[in-house]
Amino acid sequence: MPDFGLPLADLLRLVQAHLFLSGCAVAAALLVGLPAAILAARNRRFGAPLLGLISLMQTIPGLPLLALFYPLLLFIGRATNLAIPALGFLPALLALGIYALLPIVRNGAAAIQGIDPALIEAANGLGMTGRQRLLLVELPLGAPVILAGIRTATVWTIGTATLATTIGQPSLGDLIFSGLQTEDWRRVLIGCIAAALLALLLDLILALIEAGLARRSRWRLWTGAAALVAIIAATILPVREAAPAGGAAGRVVIVGAKNFSEQYILARLIEDRLRQAGYRTERRDNLGSTVAYRALAAGDIDVYVDYSGTLWANILQRRDMPAAPDMLATLRRELARRDKVRLLGSLGFENAYAFAMTRAGATQRGIADLADLGRASAELRLATDLEFLSRPEWRAVEARYHPRFRQSRAYSPTFMYRALADGSADVITAFSSDGRIAAMNLVTLADPRGALPNYDAVLLLAPRAARDTGLVAALRPLIGAIDIGTMREANWMVDRDADKTTPQQAATWLATRIR
Amino acid sequence: MISFAQVTKGYGNAAVIENISLTIELGAFVALVGASGAGKTTLLKAINRLVEIDGGTIRVDGEDIASLPLATLRRRIGYVFQGVGLFPHMTVAENIWLAPRLQGAAPGGRAERVAHLLDLVSLPADMADRLPAHLSGGQAQRVGFARALGAAPSIMLMDEPFGALDPVTRSELGRAYRALHERMGLTSVLVTHDMAEALLLADRVIVLGGGAVLADLPPRDLLDFRGEPGVRAMIDVARDQADRLEALARAD
Repeated sequence: MPDFGLPLADLLRLVQAHLFLSGCAVAAALLVGLPAAILAARNRRFGAPLLGLISLMQTIPGLPLLALFYPLLLFIGRATNLAIPALGFLPALLALGIYALLPIVRNGAAAIQGIDPALIEAANGLGMTGRQRLLLVELPLGAPVILAGIRTATVWTIGTATLATTIGQPSLGDLIFSGLQTEDWRRVLIGCIAAALLALLLDLILALIEAGLARRSRWRLWTGAAALVAIIAATILPVREAAPAGGAAGRVVIVGAKNFSEQYILARLIEDRLRQAGYRTERRDNLGSTVAYRALAAGDIDVYVDYSGTLWANILQRRDMPAAPDMLATLRRELARRDKVRLLGSLGFENAYAFAMTRAGATQRGIADLADLGRASAELRLATDLEFLSRPEWRAVEARYHPRFRQSRAYSPTFMYRALADGSADVITAFSSDGRIAAMNLVTLADPRGALPNYDAVLLLAPRAARDTGLVAALRPLIGAIDIGTMREANWMVDRDADKTTPQQAATWLATRIR
Repeated sequence: MISFAQVTKGYGNAAVIENISLTIELGAFVALVGASGAGKTTLLKAINRLVEIDGGTIRVDGEDIASLPLATLRRRIGYVFQGVGLFPHMTVAENIWLAPRLQGAAPGGRAERVAHLLDLVSLPADMADRLPAHLSGGQAQRVGFARALGAAPSIMLMDEPFGALDPVTRSELGRAYRALHERMGLTSVLVTHDMAEALLLADRVIVLGGGAVLADLPPRDLLDFRGEPGVRAMIDVARDQADRLEALARAD
C-alpha cells in the first residue's frame, strides 16, 4: 500500500462526497436544462436570450460564483424566515448546477434543431402531437448530441467541484486547498489527480453510452449504463449506511476552520475531543474570515476558533483599543446579545498581526518598531496576506505611522513568507503564533502607538451548540491550555518543508501537550 | 370527399393560391400539375394542414378541417412525400406500425398488420427488421407508402412521391400504387410536375398556374385542350415524346 499522506478511508470519503456533489449538480442541471433546451429549440425568440443569459453566467469565475451564493442564500433565508442552509451542499449544488447548464441547454437545443426537416414533416404528417414527436423522434435522434453535452457538463462539474471546499462543502478540493496552505504538495497532487481521474472515468463511461446510442450497439450501451449505475451506487450506498449511527446528541457537530495551518490543527483538535465525548463531527475547512463568523451565527457550523481583534474590528466594527481582558469581556457580552453566539474563552495564546522583517534587514536599516518602519517605508516593499490591506488594522497603522511603501502585494500566507525569504519583499504582516517567525529568524516590530489590537485565540460556539452541556464540557478543558510556544511548535510541524506532518498529526501531538 | 371553397394562401405579399374552389369526389384519383411555384404543393398540404390557409374553407368528408383536432385530421389521411422521411432509428416494422400505435392499437396485432402492409406494397415480409439505412430508394418509398397506409386512411396525399427514383422504379411504383388505389377504394391526390405521369396515372388532371386553376379535365379530354398556351405546351411535350417514340418504333 503506497503512502498517500492521508488515510485511504479519508480519500475515499472525499471521492465519494465529490462524486455525490457533482452527480447531484449534473442531475439538477438536466432537470432544468432539458426542458429549457426543448423550449429554446421550439421557440427561437425565447431560445436566443436564454442561451445568452446562460453563457453570461458561465463567464463568472467559479470561486466568486460559489462565494456569492453564500450571502444570497443568507439573505433569502432571512427574508423568508426559512431555515435555508447558506453554507455547504446547497450553495455548492446551485453554483455547480448553473455551470453545468450551458453545455446541456446548448447541445440539447442544437440536437433538436438539427434533426432532418423531412423527419419532422413525416412525424407531423403521421399526426404526431408535439409530445409524441419529442419522445418518439426528436429525443431518440438527438440523444447522441444531447449526451455529448451531458459529458461536457460532467467533466466541467467534476473539475469545478473542487472549489466547493471554500464554501464548506467537502470535496477533493479539501486536499488541494489545505495542501496549498501547508505546502504539502503531495496532498495537492493527490487531490488534482483524483479529480482528473474521476473526470476521465465518467467521460469514458458516458462516451461508451453515447457510442452505444449512436451506433445502436447494445453491448456499449449496457456496459456504459452498468458502469454508471455501479458508480452511482458506490456514491450513495455507504452514505446511507453511515447516516443512522447517531452520536451522543444524535446529530453531527460541524467544526469550522479558516484557511491556514493553525486553524486546520485547532479544528482537528476540537474534533478529536468531541469524538472522544461521543459526538459525531464534520469539518468545514477553508472558510473565509467573515464567512466563518456568519456561518456560526446562522448555525451552519457549530464551533470554530477566531481571534479577538478580528471580531472586535470586523463584527463589532469598533475602532478603539481596550486592554485584552476588557476586550474579551465586551466581546463575550456583545456577541451573545447580537447573535446568541457564546465566547467560551481564550485558548491561551495570541495570533496577532505583526510586521516582521529578516533580522539582517532590520539591523541593516536600523528598524526596531513601526515608527522606524513608517519613516523608512518609501524604499521598502510590503507583502501582506490576502485580507490585511482591506482591514481596519491597516487603516489604523496608516493613521498612526503614515507608511508609504514602494510596493505592496498580497499573497496567500505561505507565499507571503516565501516572498520575504527570497527577497521579493522586505517586510511582511506575519502572524505572531506562526512557527516560521522563529524558524526563519525574523524580528517582529514593536507597536508603540497601539495600532494593532489583541488577537487572543477564542473558542466560539453557535447558539445551539452553546446550549449543549456535554459539548461545552468536552471543549472547556481547551480554555487557557495552549501557550504561544506550543502553538508555534505545532504550526511549524505542518509548515516546515522537511519532516512535515499533517494537520491531524500536529493536532494529535498538541493534544498530548494539553493535559 | 374533399372540397375547397374560396381558398387563398400567401407568403408575405405574394399570393400562392388565389380563391380556388373545387371538389374531389370520393374514390377519385386527382393529379395536381404545374410548374414550380404554381401552388400545387401548397394546395395539397392545405388538406392535412401542414400548411394553414389564410382564407376560405376546406372540408374533408363534410367536416371543416379547421375545426378538427390536428392529430385526428392527419391520422385519417395518408401522407407520402419525396423526402420519404423514414425514421432512421426505427426498423421497417416500427416505422410501419407507427400510425396504428399512435391510434392506440394493441401491440399483439403488430406482426400480422406489418406483414399485410408490406405485402400491399410488394415487399417481402423478412424486410420488417431492417433499418431504413439498408434499403434502396425504391424500397424506402414502398415502406413510406406502407407507413402512410398503416392507419387505413380513406385519403392519400402524395407530394412528388416518385420524384427521387430512377425512371424504371418510378414507373413500376406508379403503376403499383394505381392498382392499390383501385383495390382499396382510396381517394388519391398526387402532386407531380411530370405531365405524362399525371396523364397516365390519374382520372382527373388539375393544372395550376400562378395560384389559379388553368385546366381541370380527365386525361383524355386534356389531350385536346385548346386554352391556356402554357398548359398546351406541357401537354405537347408529353405527346411529342410519345409520337417520337412511336415513329422510332415504326422506322424498322
